[in-house]
Amino acid sequence: MKIREIKEILGAELLCGEDALEKDVFSACCSDMMSDVLAYVKDQGVLITGLVNPQVIRTANMMDMVCVVFVRNKTVTDDMIELAKESGIVVMRSSLRAFEACGLLYSAGISKVSEA
Amino acid sequence: MSDVLKFHFDVDGSDFSSAGEASVVVKKKLRQLGYPADVIRKVSIAMYEGEINMVIHAGGGCADVEVHDDEIVIILSDKGPGIPDVALAMQEGYSTARDNIRVLGFGAGMGLPNMKKYTDEMQIDTKVGEGTVITMKVKL
Repeated sequence: MKIREIKEILGAELLCGEDALEKDVFSACCSDMMSDVLAYVKDQGVLITGLVNPQVIRTANMMDMVCVVFVRNKTVTDDMIELAKESGIVVMRSSLRAFEACGLLYSAGISKVSEA
Repeated sequence: MSDVLKFHFDVDGSDFSSAGEASVVVKKKLRQLGYPADVIRKVSIAMYEGEINMVIHAGGGCADVEVHDDEIVIILSDKGPGIPDVALAMQEGYSTARDNIRVLGFGAGMGLPNMKKYTDEMQIDTKVGEGTVITMKVKL
Protein backbone atom coordinates (compact mmCIF):
# COMPACT_ATOMS: atom_id res chain seq x y z
CA MET A 1 0.00 0.00 0.00
CA LYS A 2 1.25 3.50 -0.83
CA ILE A 3 1.51 6.17 1.84
CA ARG A 4 -0.88 8.22 -0.31
CA GLU A 5 -3.56 5.53 0.16
CA ILE A 6 -3.07 5.58 3.93
CA LYS A 7 -3.67 9.31 3.88
CA GLU A 8 -6.86 8.82 1.87
CA ILE A 9 -8.20 5.92 3.97
CA LEU A 10 -7.66 7.86 7.21
CA GLY A 11 -8.80 11.19 5.81
CA ALA A 12 -5.54 12.52 7.19
CA GLU A 13 -3.89 15.90 6.85
CA LEU A 14 -0.32 15.76 5.55
CA LEU A 15 2.14 17.68 7.74
CA CYS A 16 5.38 16.84 5.92
CA GLY A 17 6.86 14.44 3.39
CA GLU A 18 4.81 15.14 0.30
CA ASP A 19 7.58 13.83 -1.98
CA ALA A 20 7.45 10.39 -0.30
CA LEU A 21 3.72 9.71 -0.73
CA GLU A 22 4.37 7.07 -3.40
CA LYS A 23 6.54 4.97 -1.06
CA ASP A 24 5.23 1.51 -0.19
CA VAL A 25 4.20 0.52 3.32
CA PHE A 26 4.13 -3.16 4.25
CA SER A 27 3.25 -3.19 7.93
CA ALA A 28 1.84 -1.12 10.75
CA CYS A 29 2.15 -0.74 14.48
CA CYS A 30 -0.05 1.18 16.93
CA SER A 31 1.29 2.11 20.34
CA ASP A 32 1.82 4.96 22.75
CA MET A 33 4.72 3.09 24.37
CA MET A 34 7.83 3.75 22.33
CA SER A 35 9.76 0.93 24.02
CA ASP A 36 7.17 -1.52 22.70
CA VAL A 37 7.57 -0.05 19.24
CA LEU A 38 11.33 -0.54 19.55
CA ALA A 39 10.88 -4.22 20.41
CA TYR A 40 9.84 -5.34 16.92
CA VAL A 41 11.34 -4.63 13.55
CA LYS A 42 9.02 -2.99 11.08
CA ASP A 43 9.52 -3.52 7.40
CA GLN A 44 8.82 -0.11 5.86
CA GLY A 45 6.19 0.37 8.49
CA VAL A 46 3.76 3.03 9.57
CA LEU A 47 3.44 4.05 13.22
CA ILE A 48 0.01 5.04 14.50
CA THR A 49 0.13 6.82 17.83
CA GLY A 50 -1.63 9.25 20.14
CA LEU A 51 1.63 10.19 21.86
CA VAL A 52 3.07 13.54 20.82
CA ASN A 53 6.73 14.31 21.52
CA PRO A 54 10.03 14.31 19.61
CA GLN A 55 10.79 10.76 20.80
CA VAL A 56 8.00 9.47 18.55
CA ILE A 57 9.85 10.75 15.49
CA ARG A 58 13.24 9.52 16.77
CA THR A 59 11.76 6.08 17.50
CA ALA A 60 10.33 5.89 13.97
CA ASN A 61 13.73 6.93 12.62
CA MET A 62 15.55 4.22 14.62
CA MET A 63 13.13 1.59 13.30
CA ASP A 64 13.44 2.77 9.67
CA MET A 65 9.70 3.46 9.63
CA VAL A 66 8.51 5.59 6.76
CA CYS A 67 5.38 7.22 8.11
CA VAL A 68 3.89 8.41 11.42
CA VAL A 69 0.16 9.02 11.85
CA PHE A 70 -0.98 11.05 14.86
CA VAL A 71 -4.58 10.26 15.74
CA ARG A 72 -7.34 12.35 17.33
CA ASN A 73 -6.04 15.51 15.63
CA LYS A 74 -3.20 15.99 18.08
CA THR A 75 -1.11 19.13 17.71
CA VAL A 76 2.31 18.31 16.31
CA THR A 77 5.08 20.78 17.15
CA ASP A 78 7.43 22.44 14.65
CA ASP A 79 10.52 20.78 16.11
CA MET A 80 8.94 17.38 15.52
CA ILE A 81 8.21 18.28 11.91
CA GLU A 82 11.82 19.43 11.48
CA LEU A 83 13.11 16.13 12.90
CA ALA A 84 10.83 14.20 10.56
CA LYS A 85 11.99 16.18 7.54
CA GLU A 86 15.63 15.51 8.41
CA SER A 87 14.87 11.78 8.64
CA GLY A 88 12.68 11.63 5.54
CA ILE A 89 9.63 10.50 7.50
CA VAL A 90 6.11 11.33 6.33
CA VAL A 91 3.97 12.82 9.12
CA MET A 92 0.20 13.09 9.01
CA ARG A 93 -2.64 13.78 11.37
CA SER A 94 -6.08 12.19 11.43
CA SER A 95 -9.19 13.04 13.41
CA LEU A 96 -9.91 9.32 13.86
CA ARG A 97 -9.26 7.46 17.09
CA ALA A 98 -6.42 4.94 17.12
CA PHE A 99 -8.83 2.00 17.18
CA GLU A 100 -10.70 3.22 14.09
CA ALA A 101 -7.51 4.12 12.23
CA CYS A 102 -6.07 0.63 12.86
CA GLY A 103 -9.33 -1.06 11.87
CA LEU A 104 -9.50 0.79 8.58
CA LEU A 105 -5.87 0.07 7.66
CA TYR A 106 -6.18 -3.58 8.71
CA SER A 107 -9.30 -4.02 6.58
CA ALA A 108 -7.50 -2.41 3.68
CA GLY A 109 -4.82 -5.08 3.86
CA ILE A 110 -1.92 -3.78 5.94
CA SER A 111 -0.51 -6.53 8.11
CA LYS A 112 0.98 -6.45 11.57
CA VAL A 113 4.68 -5.98 12.12
CA SER A 114 7.04 -8.88 11.63
CA GLU A 115 8.72 -10.43 14.64
CA ALA A 116 12.35 -9.45 15.05
CA MET B 1 45.08 -3.15 11.18
CA SER B 2 43.10 -0.13 10.10
CA ASP B 3 42.25 2.80 12.32
CA VAL B 4 39.33 2.57 14.69
CA LEU B 5 36.69 5.22 14.09
CA LYS B 6 35.47 6.76 17.34
CA PHE B 7 32.56 8.99 18.25
CA HIS B 8 31.99 10.58 21.63
CA PHE B 9 28.81 12.20 22.92
CA ASP B 10 27.81 13.86 26.18
CA VAL B 11 24.22 12.90 26.95
CA ASP B 12 22.34 15.75 28.60
CA GLY B 13 20.28 14.42 31.49
CA SER B 14 18.23 17.53 32.08
CA ASP B 15 16.14 17.58 28.93
CA PHE B 16 14.11 14.53 28.01
CA SER B 17 12.99 15.99 24.68
CA SER B 18 16.59 15.96 23.41
CA ALA B 19 17.25 12.35 24.53
CA GLY B 20 18.24 10.24 21.56
CA GLU B 21 20.04 12.97 19.62
CA ALA B 22 23.35 11.11 19.75
CA SER B 23 21.75 7.95 18.36
CA VAL B 24 20.28 9.91 15.46
CA VAL B 25 23.77 11.27 14.66
CA VAL B 26 25.35 7.80 14.85
CA LYS B 27 22.67 6.36 12.58
CA LYS B 28 23.38 9.08 10.02
CA LYS B 29 27.17 8.54 10.19
CA LEU B 30 26.87 4.77 9.78
CA ARG B 31 24.59 5.30 6.79
CA GLN B 32 27.14 7.64 5.22
CA LEU B 33 29.82 4.99 5.83
CA GLY B 34 27.68 2.49 3.93
CA TYR B 35 27.01 -0.17 6.58
CA PRO B 36 24.11 -2.61 5.97
CA ALA B 37 20.67 -1.44 7.11
CA ASP B 38 20.23 -4.25 9.66
CA VAL B 39 23.57 -3.46 11.35
CA ILE B 40 22.71 0.23 11.51
CA ARG B 41 19.29 -0.55 12.92
CA LYS B 42 20.70 -2.80 15.66
CA VAL B 43 23.35 -0.28 16.71
CA SER B 44 21.04 2.70 16.69
CA ILE B 45 18.13 1.03 18.52
CA ALA B 46 20.41 -0.35 21.25
CA MET B 47 22.13 2.99 21.68
CA TYR B 48 18.84 4.89 21.63
CA GLU B 49 17.37 2.75 24.42
CA GLY B 50 20.59 3.23 26.37
CA GLU B 51 20.52 6.97 25.90
CA ILE B 52 16.90 7.15 27.05
CA ASN B 53 17.80 5.04 30.10
CA MET B 54 20.66 7.36 31.00
CA VAL B 55 18.37 10.37 30.85
CA ILE B 56 15.54 8.70 32.79
CA HIS B 57 17.57 7.03 35.51
CA ALA B 58 21.06 8.52 35.73
CA GLY B 59 20.83 12.22 34.94
CA GLY B 60 22.77 11.79 31.71
CA GLY B 61 26.24 10.45 30.98
CA CYS B 62 28.57 9.67 28.10
CA ALA B 63 28.12 7.59 24.97
CA ASP B 64 31.07 6.31 22.99
CA VAL B 65 30.87 4.42 19.73
CA GLU B 66 33.86 2.62 18.22
CA VAL B 67 33.75 1.26 14.71
CA HIS B 68 36.21 -1.62 14.30
CA ASP B 69 36.84 -3.85 11.29
CA ASP B 70 34.73 -6.69 12.65
CA GLU B 71 32.39 -5.06 15.17
CA ILE B 72 30.80 -1.87 16.40
CA VAL B 73 31.17 -1.23 20.13
CA ILE B 74 28.85 1.06 22.08
CA ILE B 75 29.91 2.13 25.57
CA LEU B 76 27.41 3.97 27.73
CA SER B 77 28.67 5.26 31.06
CA ASP B 78 26.91 7.22 33.76
CA LYS B 79 27.38 8.29 37.34
CA GLY B 80 23.80 7.47 38.25
CA PRO B 81 22.39 5.39 41.11
CA GLY B 82 23.52 2.03 39.68
CA ILE B 83 21.34 -1.05 39.20
CA PRO B 84 20.82 -2.99 42.48
CA ASP B 85 19.49 -6.18 40.83
CA VAL B 86 20.62 -6.61 37.23
CA ALA B 87 18.72 -9.88 36.68
CA LEU B 88 15.49 -8.19 37.75
CA ALA B 89 16.19 -5.14 35.58
CA MET B 90 16.70 -7.46 32.59
CA GLN B 91 13.16 -8.88 32.91
CA GLU B 92 10.80 -7.64 30.24
CA GLY B 93 8.21 -5.39 31.84
CA TYR B 94 10.15 -4.62 35.01
CA SER B 95 10.68 -0.89 35.37
CA THR B 96 11.46 1.60 38.10
CA ALA B 97 10.57 4.56 35.88
CA ARG B 98 7.96 6.86 37.33
CA ASP B 99 4.60 7.73 35.82
CA ASN B 100 5.88 11.02 34.39
CA ILE B 101 8.20 8.97 32.17
CA ARG B 102 5.44 6.54 31.12
CA VAL B 103 3.39 9.50 29.95
CA LEU B 104 6.28 10.25 27.57
CA GLY B 105 6.11 6.77 26.03
CA PHE B 106 8.92 5.05 27.92
CA GLY B 107 9.32 3.08 31.13
CA ALA B 108 7.68 -0.08 29.80
CA GLY B 109 10.50 -2.19 31.17
CA MET B 110 11.74 -3.00 27.67
CA GLY B 111 14.89 -0.88 27.51
CA LEU B 112 17.55 -3.31 28.75
CA PRO B 113 15.87 -6.38 27.16
CA ASN B 114 15.74 -4.54 23.83
CA MET B 115 19.39 -3.59 24.13
CA LYS B 116 20.33 -7.22 24.70
CA LYS B 117 18.07 -8.40 21.89
CA TYR B 118 19.58 -6.12 19.27
CA THR B 119 23.25 -6.68 20.13
CA ASP B 120 25.53 -9.71 19.93
CA GLU B 121 27.13 -9.05 23.31
CA MET B 122 26.11 -6.91 26.24
CA GLN B 123 27.94 -6.42 29.51
CA ILE B 124 26.64 -4.44 32.46
CA ASP B 125 29.12 -3.16 35.05
CA THR B 126 27.21 -1.41 37.78
CA LYS B 127 27.76 -0.35 41.37
CA VAL B 128 24.99 1.07 43.52
CA GLY B 129 25.68 4.71 44.34
CA GLU B 130 28.50 5.00 41.80
CA GLY B 131 27.12 4.41 38.33
CA THR B 132 26.78 2.04 35.43
CA VAL B 133 28.82 1.18 32.36
CA ILE B 134 27.11 -0.80 29.63
CA THR B 135 29.20 -2.20 26.79
CA MET B 136 27.41 -3.55 23.74
CA LYS B 137 28.87 -5.14 20.62
CA VAL B 138 27.31 -5.65 17.21
CA LYS B 139 29.31 -7.94 14.92
CA LEU B 140 29.90 -6.90 11.33
